[in-house]
Amino acid sequence: MSKTDTSETGRAAEEAAGAQLSTAPQEETVVGGPTLGVVGWIRWFWRQLTSMRVALILLFLLSLGAVPGSLIPQTSADELKVQAFKDAHKTLTPLYEKLQFFDVYSSVWFSAIYILLFVSLIGCIVPRSWQFVGQLRSRPPGAPRRLDRLPAYTTWRTEAEPEQVHEAALTLLKGRRFRAHTAGNAVAAEKGYLREAGNLAFHVALIVMLVAFAWGQLFKSEGGKLIVEGDGFSNTLTQYDDFKSGSQFGTDELEPFSFKLESFNGTYEKNGPQRGTPRTFEAAVSYSQGGADKKAVIRVNEPLKVGDSKVYLIAHGYAPVVTVKDGRGKTVFHGAVPLLPIDNNITSTGAIKVMDGYRDKNGKKEQLGFQAFFVPTFAGAGKGTMFSQFPALDFPVMALTGFHGDLRVNSGLPQNVYQLDKSKMTQFTDASGNKLAQRMLPGETMTLPDGAGSITFEKDVKEWASFQISQQPGNGLALAGAIAAIAGLTGSLFIQRRRVWVRAVRGEDGVTVVEMAGLGRSESAKLPEELGDLAVALTVQAPPAAEAVPETAEEPAEDPAPSGEADK
Amino acid sequence: MILAATTNESLARMSDLLIYSSMAVYTLAFFAHIAEWVFGSRSKVGRTAAALTQQAPAAAPAVTVQVKKAGGTTVLDKPKVVTRSAAGTRDVPDGPGAAGGTVQGDLYGRIAVSLTVLAFLVEASGVVARALSVQRAPWGNMYEFSTTFSTVAVGAYLGFLLAKKNVRWIGLPLVTTVLLDLGMAVTWLKTPSDQLVPALDSYWLWIHVSTAIFCGAVFYIGAVATLLYLFRDSYENKLATGGNPGSFARSVLERLPAAASLDKFAYRVNAAVFPLWTFTIIAGAIWAGDAWGRYWGWDAKEVWSFITWVGYAAYLHARATAGWKGRKAAYIALIAFGCFLFNYYGVNIFVSSKHSYAGV
Ligand code: HEM
Repeated sequence: MSKTDTSETGRAAEEAAGAQLSTAPQEETVVGGPTLGVVGWIRWFWRQLTSMRVALILLFLLSLGAVPGSLIPQTSADELKVQAFKDAHKTLTPLYEKLQFFDVYSSVWFSAIYILLFVSLIGCIVPRSWQFVGQLRSRPPGAPRRLDRLPAYTTWRTEAEPEQVHEAALTLLKGRRFRAHTAGNAVAAEKGYLREAGNLAFHVALIVMLVAFAWGQLFKSEGGKLIVEGDGFSNTLTQYDDFKSGSQFGTDELEPFSFKLESFNGTYEKNGPQRGTPRTFEAAVSYSQGGADKKAVIRVNEPLKVGDSKVYLIAHGYAPVVTVKDGRGKTVFHGAVPLLPIDNNITSTGAIKVMDGYRDKNGKKEQLGFQAFFVPTFAGAGKGTMFSQFPALDFPVMALTGFHGDLRVNSGLPQNVYQLDKSKMTQFTDASGNKLAQRMLPGETMTLPDGAGSITFEKDVKEWASFQISQQPGNGLALAGAIAAIAGLTGSLFIQRRRVWVRAVRGEDGVTVVEMAGLGRSESAKLPEELGDLAVALTVQAPPAAEAVPETAEEPAEDPAPSGEADK
Repeated sequence: MILAATTNESLARMSDLLIYSSMAVYTLAFFAHIAEWVFGSRSKVGRTAAALTQQAPAAAPAVTVQVKKAGGTTVLDKPKVVTRSAAGTRDVPDGPGAAGGTVQGDLYGRIAVSLTVLAFLVEASGVVARALSVQRAPWGNMYEFSTTFSTVAVGAYLGFLLAKKNVRWIGLPLVTTVLLDLGMAVTWLKTPSDQLVPALDSYWLWIHVSTAIFCGAVFYIGAVATLLYLFRDSYENKLATGGNPGSFARSVLERLPAAASLDKFAYRVNAAVFPLWTFTIIAGAIWAGDAWGRYWGWDAKEVWSFITWVGYAAYLHARATAGWKGRKAAYIALIAFGCFLFNYYGVNIFVSSKHSYAGV
């Protein structure tokens, strides 16, 4: 707004012309708090909170607040990494913990920022919506006194009567879907209300999305399950390896279904520099929801949808089949043992635990444990490495070491199924006192010393796949919000809200002077173009007077910054 | 099951060759632009100072409907509409462009644009050849993102030129950046053409990554305009307050469009891609929902996309907030673009994220 403008009345008229082109809250120029006691303070605070400036600051804080979470490991994403970080940074850790830097996105301060932002948003949206409804019911404001000060302006002289011109302008503008009416000695028209509607819809959609996310967080459930080929799973809490749920989730809400992993198929790049890079992962499953079995294939990007639940393929690995016999030749363990990959070529490790049924050669009850190290593609004997060379099952080899004693599975402590607790175990040694260890091909057997039995690596290596089964309500709502947000935003940014005035006045010489002007919420090249089009259309009814009017630079010299108020 | 389509080696080699060739042509375009600026500096234009020191702006003709006599009937031209800039902005004409109105400068400018068109065609064929060689969208790793990115940026620029927008001033900075981008792509980010890992093998790749690259390219153009706006704005401020800008500013900045025009251009560009960027993030979330079993996991890439989005939202807000229009809003736009860049280079290379692509 130009300070040098002195024609107060003119300015007021222009301000009125541009008023309410948007429902954006006006900035209050009053600085400092009120003197009105508690209610006054609350009102003051509320007004601050719902002002554009504070919204801007909160947006800024929101993005700033999101930064640490992307640079510091987060518990929600990777607990192991957080632990590693804590171990490596002994001095920083207490500070970070105090600042909740390991849980940024659920921290008090981050929540405070977005809750304030959304309170501000609601506080902003409600009055803006009312204002907009008011605007829709009222008529566009009358023409300012000086149309030639507006951002787009044109004029000509015509023989037509002013009333005729007004009539024609009204018809023309209405025909082009302007809201138009005659106010005083001019026609006032406005178009592009959808911009404001779009903007409001966008902000409301943001709230809808937030509500959907919050809803999803409260009622979601998510669990993991590792399944070996041929095995199945039914969706009850006890069957999960691990399970997380939102605070409002009830276990009876688990979708009743079961599925069985028929087979898993992984292929890998065989040649070139990307040798070993995975190409396809497919889990063939059959599932049922109480009725008949259906078949499906779950891929990395294609979860299986059963009711409200989705089953995602998360990871895979190998499960060699082993048979353990005691000294009398009785089979005490037979089954596929899933092993955990430790590198991209699926070098895997794990433990085989024989908990019941084993008796040593004296008939004493004991437990056996084996540490397994497995490679799907062995480098070859004498190559000096026990790491896998390729992720597919080209040359499987398993190395085992055996222990006997107490596995301590009943010690009450939760035990990692992939690790042996060797504190109460003794390692088998061979006749010469060396620790017993053997590298085995499929079909080979390692005999335990002193008639303690044997373990056989069967000619069968199964694959396992791990799945995540999640249920998250509110996704549909979030998606609807997202689509509404984009639609509203598009309307808000691409539609111009603008006003057009047409004034026709009989000049002193008896010829009618037509003036047209346009004002948009922001400057746009389209506005003058549209005004030109309208003017051409209007000249059909109000043809220019025959004699060409000399071009006179009659505009009075004035302030170089015209006060079009176009940006208000 | 998709059996990995074997890489077509000769197509891949051809793609490399085309990318290198386009770099050579861009280099020529770069020198032609330099020549344009050098020859243009001989012009002595001082419109800005003239406009700013005059008490009143050159008054625009007020009566502009023209009547032509043609064969006895009156044919009406489109009435000329007088435009005025908005309150609070300076009424300054645009500079004459890099060529400064000189014939020789203009010639070199035209040569530069022609070379840019050629380089663009060569580079685009390189990208297409790469896609054909692997029979998939050419967006599997950073080398491919980078080459596509500069192709799209140049394509957008040529599109603006074709639409007769006043954007030739962006030619030199654009070609310079394209050369930097391609230089980095062929040296540090080079990845032999190959298949995708299963997580990337989805039709969402086409949707999400193409829009992301497009947004980046257009945001880049907006950022250049914003940066030049800041320079040009200080220059105009200096002139308006009777200061004496240095000779470099007088020569180079004088030839740029007026600060108000640059600002408006930057706003339009940024505002126009913002909904698409919103869409990109949502598409990414849907894909993540299918690939990883969660829509939003605050992964580093997701966080920085979000930060970029909020940054641009702040920019749009700032422009509607009293006291934040103009330079402050421009700084926010630059920060937002900085976040975009960090999301691309920083997150891909330095931060461990689920979005770690095959070979960088
Ligand atoms: C959740 C945070 C918010 C986001 C992401 C957001 C985003 C946006 C975006 C992208 C625009 C640009 C659309 C346009 O220019 O027409 C916009 C405009 C607008 N926003 Fe927000 N907004 C948020 C919160 C708020 C709040 C709290 C307020 C209230 C103070 C607000 C008031 C406005 C207004 C009045 C406009 C229109 C400005 C104009 O007419 O140009 N927004 N918002």
